[in-house]
Amino acid sequence: MVSVATMRMSEQTAADTQVQPDAAAGAARSLNSPETTARIGSGVPVKASVENFSFYYGDFKALKSISMPVHEKRVTALIGPSGCGKSTLLRTFNRMHDLYPGNRYEGTIRLHPDNTNLLDPAVDPIEVRMRIGMVFQKPNPFPKSIYENVAYGLRIRGERNRSAIDDQVREALRGAALWSEVEHRLHDPATALSGGQQQRLCIARCLATQPEVLLFDEPTSALDPIATASIEELIHELRDKVTILIVTHNMQQAARVSDYTAYMYLGELMEFGETNQIFVNPTRKETEDYITGRFG
Amino acid sequence: MKAEDIPLIRKIIRRNKRLELLFAVAGLVALLIGVLTFVALFAQMAFAGWERITPEFFTNFPSRRAAQAGILSAWVGSLLVMLVTAVSAVPLGVASGIYLEEYAPKNLLTDIIEINVTNLAGVPSIVYGLLALGVFVYTFGFGQSILSAGLTLGLLILPVVIVATRESIRSIPLHIREAAYGLGATRWQVTRDHIVPYSLPGIMTGVIIGMSRAIGETAPIITIGALTFIAFLPESPVGPEFPWVNFEWLTSGFTVMPIQMFNWTSRPEEAFQQNAAAAGFILVLMTLAMNAVSIWIRYHVRKDIKW
Repeated sequence: MVSVATMRMSEQTAADTQVQPDAAAGAARSLNSPETTARIGSGVPVKASVENFSFYYGDFKALKSISMPVHEKRVTALIGPSGCGKSTLLRTFNRMHDLYPGNRYEGTIRLHPDNTNLLDPAVDPIEVRMRIGMVFQKPNPFPKSIYENVAYGLRIRGERNRSAIDDQVREALRGAALWSEVEHRLHDPATALSGGQQQRLCIARCLATQPEVLLFDEPTSALDPIATASIEELIHELRDKVTILIVTHNMQQAARVSDYTAYMYLGELMEFGETNQIFVNPTRKETEDYITGRFG
Repeated sequence: MKAEDIPLIRKIIRRNKRLELLFAVAGLVALLIGVLTFVALFAQMAFAGWERITPEFFTNFPSRRAAQAGILSAWVGSLLVMLVTAVSAVPLGVASGIYLEEYAPKNLLTDIIEINVTNLAGVPSIVYGLLALGVFVYTFGFGQSILSAGLTLGLLILPVVIVATRESIRSIPLHIREAAYGLGATRWQVTRDHIVPYSLPGIMTGVIIGMSRAIGETAPIITIGALTFIAFLPESPVGPEFPWVNFEWLTSGFTVMPIQMFNWTSRPEEAFQQNAAAAGFILVLMTLAMNAVSIWIRYHVRKDIKW
């Protein structure tokens, strides 16, 4: 997937969509029925599969029978207009909805290779959250030191060995491209960092516990363009280590960072495919209208 | 806008500003009425009692001779009663607040409890005194002791502590909670590592506000039968020998500052009025000092907690 890197370097406008789709994308240029989605990106293992998933806020059906794969060590972007349910879908992956009353799941989200159904009431949401990390819209470091923020995930997993924690904190901060900026002030309050640094700290906080999947809920919507660029670059680097799902309002961002894109509208999955295909040659008229800015 | 309209516009602006001035003056007057009343009361007490405030005033027991009377038993009593109040109300109130906010399911029952906790804060203190007389003094047999008084005042400020705890917890943003839950923390881990530390300044402020109310309470203490003339101190809580602490003092008779003051004001001699003023001055200072501590906590402990 050389295309993503190329796109990121190129101009951020129409040029994004001009990139040549690679060989695999050719196979994907069809409909988004479950059978075809299974074929998309053949050869890339699937890390999680959403199957007939519906979600209810009380009586309101917010998501309607969604089925899509999440490919391993790839970036999947969820796009769509406000209120389309993309954040709702993302937050389902680590059972955030369990924190609030009146929410209901239907269908399954299977995590491979062990085939655990994340939505099974018998599966503890805490277990799910230990496997799947989440980065939020607004940087939300704890009002503790930089070090303690990154170490927290390890501490709740019962890690007591100081040097082990030190090592993993360092590794996580390196992985989040923050180490060189904070190595001499690990014990300063995290809230003294800039917005972009705080967001990378939140990414480091997730990375420290080596999650299988990392969820990003509009991670750059509260950041300036330079901080946004550094987060996007980071997401691109992380792609080799972890499966990533990202919700974004910014179409160019989806085009720049993702390998696969799902377009959602009013709680339904309208189209899923390789990012190149979705942006260059969308199957559905609605997707094209949204992507080209005629709608949304 | 045309050039000839400008004078008209200016006239309108002048008129609007006159109204603004009117409100500013009215607001200032309202504020001064409150502040000056307090300052006048405080100053009057200070002037009236000033001569009596000597080191001996703090180290002497009350006496029939006004010039030798002091507040030793009163301030020691107030201190010990406050100790019992804090030890009983803080853990109960904080734990209840945390449970209601973090653990309790949101249903009709918790709504009813919530409304009642808020209402309890408005119950007249003498009612608590009557309750305590029946429950602590007679039923539990604690007698007319420091323990009974401390528990009564603890009960009195319990709603204040619960409400302060809940308010303080509620001010923790949702996204901080979600960050902790998102890492796989259990409810208890979130409570212990985040909710409690971040809400602590607010809880402490609430506790101190409750305590500064309790230290001035007279009615419930009189109801449970505090002494008005007392010329001995309770057994010291800390001793020179193992186990270094004892709890004899809990069962001791006692008096507190406001009761000592009340006792003096009811005497006919002018000299005792002076003593009352001096004791009042000290009591207000104690309250102000507690409020100062809570302000200090707000500014200095809270500044490290930002979101």
